[in-house]
Amino acid sequence: MSTDTSMPLAPVATREVGVGTAAARSGARSGMLQNAARAERPRVSRVGDVLLAVENVSLSFGGVRAISDVSFDIRKGEIRAIIGPNGAGKTSMLNVINGFYHPQQGAITFKGEKRREMRPYFAATSGISRTFQNVALFKGMSTLDNMMAGRTLKMKRGLLWQALRWGPAEEEEMRHREVVERLIDFLEIQHIRKQPVGKLPYGLQKRVELGRALAMEPELLLLDEPMAGMNLEEKEDMSRFIITVNQHLGTTIALIEHDMGVVMDLSDRVVVLEYGRKIADGTPDEVKRDPKVIDAYLGVSH
Amino acid sequence: MSALGLALPGGIGAVLAALMFMLLRGDRKSIVDTIVHVMLSLVAAVFVGFLASKAIDNPGGFTEILVGGLLSGVLYSLVALGFVLIFKASGVFNYAQGAMVLVAGLALVRSLDFLTAHGVARIAAIPLAIIFSGMVMALCAVVIEKWVLRPLLNQDGLTLFMSTIGATFVLEGLAQMVFGSDVYPLRLFPTDAMILLDGVFQGGILVNQLDLWGGLIAGILVAGLAAFFQYTKTGRALRAVADDHAAAQSVGIPISWIWFVVWLVAGLVALVAATVWGTKLGVQFSITFLALKALPVLIIGGFTSVPGAIVGGLIVGAGEKLAELYLGELIGGGIEYWFAYVLALAVLLVRPQGLYGEKIIERI
Repeated sequence: MSTDTSMPLAPVATREVGVGTAAARSGARSGMLQNAARAERPRVSRVGDVLLAVENVSLSFGGVRAISDVSFDIRKGEIRAIIGPNGAGKTSMLNVINGFYHPQQGAITFKGEKRREMRPYFAATSGISRTFQNVALFKGMSTLDNMMAGRTLKMKRGLLWQALRWGPAEEEEMRHREVVERLIDFLEIQHIRKQPVGKLPYGLQKRVELGRALAMEPELLLLDEPMAGMNLEEKEDMSRFIITVNQHLGTTIALIEHDMGVVMDLSDRVVVLEYGRKIADGTPDEVKRDPKVIDAYLGVSH
Repeated sequence: MSALGLALPGGIGAVLAALMFMLLRGDRKSIVDTIVHVMLSLVAAVFVGFLASKAIDNPGGFTEILVGGLLSGVLYSLVALGFVLIFKASGVFNYAQGAMVLVAGLALVRSLDFLTAHGVARIAAIPLAIIFSGMVMALCAVVIEKWVLRPLLNQDGLTLFMSTIGATFVLEGLAQMVFGSDVYPLRLFPTDAMILLDGVFQGGILVNQLDLWGGLIAGILVAGLAAFFQYTKTGRALRAVADDHAAAQSVGIPISWIWFVVWLVAGLVALVAATVWGTKLGVQFSITFLALKALPVLIIGGFTSVPGAIVGGLIVGAGEKLAELYLGELIGGGIEYWFAYVLALAVLLVRPQGLYGEKIIERI
């Protein structure tokens, strides 16, 4: 994506999203099975070539194997879910993609460029942004400043211009402020624009964090449990934002989520991890019929 | 004493007590807090009322002490500012700030001596020496970022604090090995006394010119830094890094560069502090103990606030001079040496984040 600052966000989609409500209530396990009848969404056409490929990645911390020989790919324009029981290595996988962890084996190909390991700065400059499982916002700063921090890479003027705060630097600041204000409108957080984020309720913090990630205008957006700890209404809002971003900006999204209803509704393809290994990969329907997945979630009687 | 002489100071004290009690409203959580606040408000009221009565007795003398105190307070602020910058931007309490003032001072005075001894005119030697010591501080910043901070990325604040204690000893030792360990006089600013406001008060008030220069420089520095932190991209990035390393990395803020910038700016602030304090005391090892005087200033103003460092410095400077003169005659001298610490203790009791500090929010 270029540094073009005009984001086509104006027409916010009003498409209704049925966030697997029944599933959410009756618990993820059974929800996953109940949802089998849910209609397929015709979204395959906008999905393009492989954007990111993870090949044979293994990661261990000392003697603990977090990820063993996992390969999968994320295609341009799709919503890809990574699911699995606790401790399956989902967050470690995101950290590998984003460059926080460096795998001992394997390679990551992003936009055709194959690398042994990512670096956070390289990931950010080449168009990967993310949110965190336990909200990692800049707590002392306002919502606006948090999101402006997401524009850091887009702002080019040097230290001297900034210090003078005059001419090109001021014009640049205004331009980026405009983009951020549009995002704020889109996420419906106008009322907390100037508040320090540390004081906001959890659901809003998650939303600001999404805003900060979006402010980077990423090509690949990694969401680590974007709906954890949210109530139903907040989940619906969040799903709506995710779908709008995916459809109107064409942003590719990889998300980790525990709410199976949400996962089955939102995602085009799902990869399932268990104990650091990949046990299934495919469309929500395929995955949910896979006996290995059912075993992983329901347990097997021997 | 006239009726006015009693009523006015009493009134001022009472208003202050009420104001203070009201402003602390948000910080009260239990009856114990209320009792502490009442007591502290009363103590503050008595102290201020007492000072006010002295001020009415002898306005000229009072103003002289007040101005002298405020100006020396600004000099404390200069040192405190270096601490605040690094704490704000990296969440590190930099124990080495005092040592950095020493390094900057020694580099400046020794290069200046060297240049003038080799026949360079003073007018050319001063900028050259300042550029040289600026480069020394930049070198310090590079070395500290590369060898001390980078290996400790994403570590706890306490770990980073401990590493700066190590850096302190290295800096102090190296600086004295390279530049020498005597007392070196530095003359950059005029140190003559001058008389101000001759027409207003009888005899005017006596002020040291050096203190005026110090005040002016600190004022410019603070205004500049505050604006930089609040309104620029790099300022925002600095605050972001202080809050969360991982999140800052994820939005593409280059942490190494940011840390270098912060330590460079803190080094340059140390250089400015060294020019003023070096002129006042001579450049010598004991200049590192300025860091101890900056501590109560930080606690009072708040560790994260640039304006807080200034206000804290002013309060400490004016408070200790006034207390020394007016309380000294009642309870014995030497108050100047402990007043700041007692004041800091009182602030910790009611407002642990300091007057301007950001409230510490912990979500459990």
